[in-house]
Order: sequence, then structure tokens, then C-alpha cells
Amino acid sequence: MALHETQYKGLLGWFDARMPSAMGAFRTHMSEYYAPKNFNFWYFFGSLALVVLVIQIVTGIFLVMHYKPDAAQAFASVEYIMREVPGGWFIRYMHSTGASFFFIVVYLHMFRGLLYGSYRAPRELVWIFGCVIFLCLMGEAFFGYLLPWGQMSYWGAQVIVNLFSAIPLIGPDLSLFIRGDYVVGDATLNRFFAFHACAIPLVLLGLVVAHVFALHDVGSNNPDGVEIKEQKGKDGRPLDGIPFHPYYSVHDVMGLGVFFILFFAVLFLAPEMGGYFLEWNNFIPADPLQTPLHIAPVWYFTPYYSILRAITSDFMIWLALGVVALAVLIYFSVSRRTIGAAVLALALVAAVLMKMPGIAFDPKLWGVILMGGSVLVFFALPWLDLAPNKSMRYRPGWHLGLLCAFAVVFLVMGYLGTLPPTPVRTGFAQIGTLLYFAFFLLMPWWSRMGSFKPVPSRVTFAAH
Amino acid sequence: MSAQQTSLPDADAPMDTQRRTALIATCAVGGAGVIAAAAPFVMSFSPSERAKAAGAPVEFDVSTVPPGEMRKTEWRGKPIWILHRTPEMLQQLAAEVDRLADPESQRTAYPTPAYALKDPNLRSIKPEYLVVIGICTHLGCSPSGPFPAGSSPQLGADPGFVCPCHGSTFDLAGRVFKNKPAPDNLEVPPYKYVSDTVVVIGDDSKTG
Repeated sequence: MALHETQYKGLLGWFDARMPSAMGAFRTHMSEYYAPKNFNFWYFFGSLALVVLVIQIVTGIFLVMHYKPDAAQAFASVEYIMREVPGGWFIRYMHSTGASFFFIVVYLHMFRGLLYGSYRAPRELVWIFGCVIFLCLMGEAFFGYLLPWGQMSYWGAQVIVNLFSAIPLIGPDLSLFIRGDYVVGDATLNRFFAFHACAIPLVLLGLVVAHVFALHDVGSNNPDGVEIKEQKGKDGRPLDGIPFHPYYSVHDVMGLGVFFILFFAVLFLAPEMGGYFLEWNNFIPADPLQTPLHIAPVWYFTPYYSILRAITSDFMIWLALGVVALAVLIYFSVSRRTIGAAVLALALVAAVLMKMPGIAFDPKLWGVILMGGSVLVFFALPWLDLAPNKSMRYRPGWHLGLLCAFAVVFLVMGYLGTLPPTPVRTGFAQIGTLLYFAFFLLMPWWSRMGSFKPVPSRVTFAAH
Repeated sequence: MSAQQTSLPDADAPMDTQRRTALIATCAVGGAGVIAAAAPFVMSFSPSERAKAAGAPVEFDVSTVPPGEMRKTEWRGKPIWILHRTPEMLQQLAAEVDRLADPESQRTAYPTPAYALKDPNLRSIKPEYLVVIGICTHLGCSPSGPFPAGSSPQLGADPGFVCPCHGSTFDLAGRVFKNKPAPDNLEVPPYKYVSDTVVVIGDDSKTG
């Protein structure tokens, strides 16, 4: 019998002799995964995101026990859950609060990446998996939002599916295909239910596993941007590393405790969050004949919604000029003139498609393109950031200033997205759009400017 | 702070008592939190208000049942049989006792309420009207019948009910015959007469 040798005793030893990969995985990912010892506040959000994913799945399972994915019964079934199922209100509020907290946690998790250069080599793949997770999360939230079949659910879905109709040639047919009907209806609800409850959760679970495995294969970054694997002790372990279990597992449980205080405070005291987490219009059953006066997507989509709305016909000239200016900058920066010339040519084509009467795409389509681009640009970060140092700690102070300015622009655009548009607000959103893209697209230049501080070979850590 | 590595504690040394206390206290509070959070999920399995409302007591007028015949109504999704027994049927009931598995209705799986056991051969409040749940106590099919005496080979000379699924037989008081798959007599639901001819099934409280 080929039983494996095991270091464990008793029942665990019996199991390990027959499936050593189980405890092997525990050792690789927990008790012998050496994480930098200088993790700070910003490093809680990854484990919190995982916990929120589990919360959403478990509460989702219990909601599906009582929810009816039928246009005629969906809204009533949600009210049934809230009013008649024992403990149903608690489960529903956990799910809705969890959805909003998922985005809060994920945005803060991404911000950590920007602060400390977590997307830089050798962690580009971790970042890419993370961006794909972000896209799936947005899809999951969008599909899930239709399910209560309220006014906001219905009209929000109608608007977003109609975004696809902006695509030239295939647009309207594509929208019909996605909806399964001429307007958002029962067919749409049923398929969105399948995506939300089954397909995307499975994809998300797979992606999260890939994200964590890709991270563990190269090791975690840290606030100093120091690669701890470069300084190993005689035992082959990083001098600045501590085993994830028990140090960070316990540390993260504490973080979870603080998170739960905030989470349950919202759940019990303000689950609608003034109409931002559960929108007022969604307490009205969907009416295909009447759009509410004021439509806005849920708060976590509002920055991108701002960008979508900011692209007006007056704005196209500024966009065209911006694209050409960027292309000129690239032309004078690359060493190979052929690449520079190709970029310039592409930019001129884009400018024509933006501005020339008769040939230009509608601002509606450019709105969709730029909104998509504003999310996709995150994928390019590892190649846009050319700074010699990873972490903001050792970069010129104004780099951090730019990052904070970007965060402010993001929040302001988010706020503008919740409000009905006025010429002044649209103007601010347009400025915000330009700043948003400038932050990323000019990064190859600004990230190399300024005087950089020397990065230490060991992490900075004070025992506490 | 000097750049020396802090050493990890020795895994075999006994744990510091303060630390142990803190760990146990944290686990206790955390455990209480887990139970508190899990409670609504477990509760959500219980019948909802809608299910409880649908399970409310049902009224039935027994005078609508001609003598010798049976009518069915529904309570909590189950068939309720109201059989109007003739005097000949009532006499039969005492004679079958040695062929029955539980003639005195003493088994406790589906306890027969005391108000229905004033005469154990009848198993009802009023002698003429049998009120039972028409679900076989074996695995839940609804038996066929009532068959008059001699009309069913599975019942032999006795009148009664025959379950089509596995062949259990019951007499006209709902009592199961010996050597059949079903172990218990047919269940008598909680019920009471609110007037001379109207029963309420699902409610046997003395008040109201």
C-alpha cells in the first residue's frame, strides 16, 4: 500500500497519508506562506472581499429558496421574503448591504494596489485576474439588480441593454438577443437570474482562486514595495516574512470584526442608506409604460455613468484634440519612428471618427466606448506605470498628490452621477473625464518625473 | 527599531495564560455572534406567514354526507375523510378487534386525541361521523375506499379502505389490520363540533 509519510497524528494523520495535497495546500497557502510583516490598514480589504463574496453566496442561496424569477411574481416574492418569511428581512438586507459593501471593499482594495504598486512585475497577472473579477462583479451586480423587478430595476436594465444598441450595424439585433424580447421582460428576467445566481458566481469563484494562487506563487507586495524574497535567512525563509497563519489569519479576523460592526450598523439602522443602497424607486413595481422622473444607477456605477453622460456633441472636439495631443506626445517619446507614426495615424483616424460630420460616430457610441475604456484602462496599469519605485512612500510627494486627486475626481464623478444633469454639472463631468483619462494615459511620463527616494532593502516595521 | 528578525515562538512551549484567556474569550464572543447571525437563516426554513395562513382550520358541514358515504375536504394540503357510518357499519367495528394491529389506538406515533377515544371502536366524537386524515401511515399514499364488506379481496369479509401503494388495509374506524406494511391507525386530526352539524378541522381548543 502506497500510503504517504505524514507528520500529523490521529485522524488528521490518517487523512494526510491518503490525501497529502490537502494539508499541503494549507501549508503552501497559510502556515508556510510568508507574507511581509509590515502590512497596514490597506491590506485588510482582500480578505474582507472574500468574506463578502461568501456572505453574498450564502444569503443568495437562502433568498433563492423564496424568490420567484417570474415577472408577474418577482416583486411580490421579495416583499414576501421581507414580511412573511421568518428572518427573511435579515437575509435580504444582508444581501443588499453586502452588495454595496462589496464595492466599497473592492474599490479600497484596488486603491491599495495604486498606492503601493501591487500591479507591478511580477504581479501583473494577479492584477489582471483582479480586473477581470471587477468586470464580473459589475456584471453580477447589474444582473442581480433586475431581480427585484422594481421601477429602477426595470429601467436601469432597459438603459444598459440599450447601450449595446449603440454598436454600429449589429447593435439593435444584439440588444434584442440579449433581452430575449422586444423590451426587458420575463425572458430577460429569467436569463439574468440564471447569470446572477449560477453562472457568474461560479466564474467569480474560479477567478478568485486564480487571483489568490497567482499572488501566492510570487508572494505579496507590501507598503514599502520591497521584495522580501530577496533577503532570505539561513532557513530559506524571507527575513521580513511571517507565516500567514496564525499571524495574518488572526489579524484578518480582527479586521473582520471591525468590518462587521460597520456592516451590521448599516443593516440594522440604515439598510436603505438614504436611497443609495436600496433606491426609493425600487419600492415601486416595474411599469413598462412609465419611467421614473429621476433615473440613476446604483451608487457604485455612478462614476462610469458620469463619463457616459459627459460625452456630448460639444465635447467631441476636446476629445479629438486630446487624442491627437496624446499621439503627438507618443510620437516624440518613442525611439522607433515607425511606431510613433503608426500611433499618430491611428489617432488621426480616431479624431475623424470623433468629429468629422457624416463619418463620425454618435456621441452616444463614444460615450459607451469611453465608459468601457474607463474600466478597461485599469488593465493597462502595469505597463503605464514606469516609475523606478513601486510604492508611493518612496516617490516624489506630488505623485501621491496626483493619486489622491484621481480619487477625488472619481468620488466627485460618482456624486455627479447620482444627480440629474445640468449644463454646469455636465461641464464638471467633462473636466472630470479628461482628468480621469489623463491620470492613466499620461502616466508613462509623469511616473518617471521627479526625484525618487532610495528604497530600503528591508521593510520598515516597528513592533506594536 | 533595529533590523533584527523577531523570533517566532516555539510551537511546543505552553501558551501564555493571558493569551489563552483572551483567545477563549474571543472565541466565545465570536461563537455567540455566529449563532446570532445563523439564527435568521435557520428560522427562514420554518413555515412563513403565508404557509401558516394556508394551514388555518377548515370548516365542514357533516349533514352534507349521505349515510354510508364519504366526503373529502382538505386541511394543510392533506385529504380529510368524513365518513357517515350506518348502524350496520358501527356494529361491525367491535367484531373486528382480533384482526387489528392496534385496536385500542394505544400507539404513540400518531396519538389519537382523548375526545375521539371515548369508544375506542369508533375513534370519533360523534359515532356516526368518522373524521380522519386520509393518508396511509406507511409511506403516505391516500388509500382507496370505502369498500363495503366482501367487495375487496384484500379486505376479505370486512369493509374498509385499501392502500394501492403497498396493500395496507384499514377498517371503517381507520384502524389498521394486522400484518400490513402500515404500523399505525389512520391519524385523527384535531377537530371539534362548533354546532350540531359543522366541524372545524385543525382546531380542537375548548374556547372559541
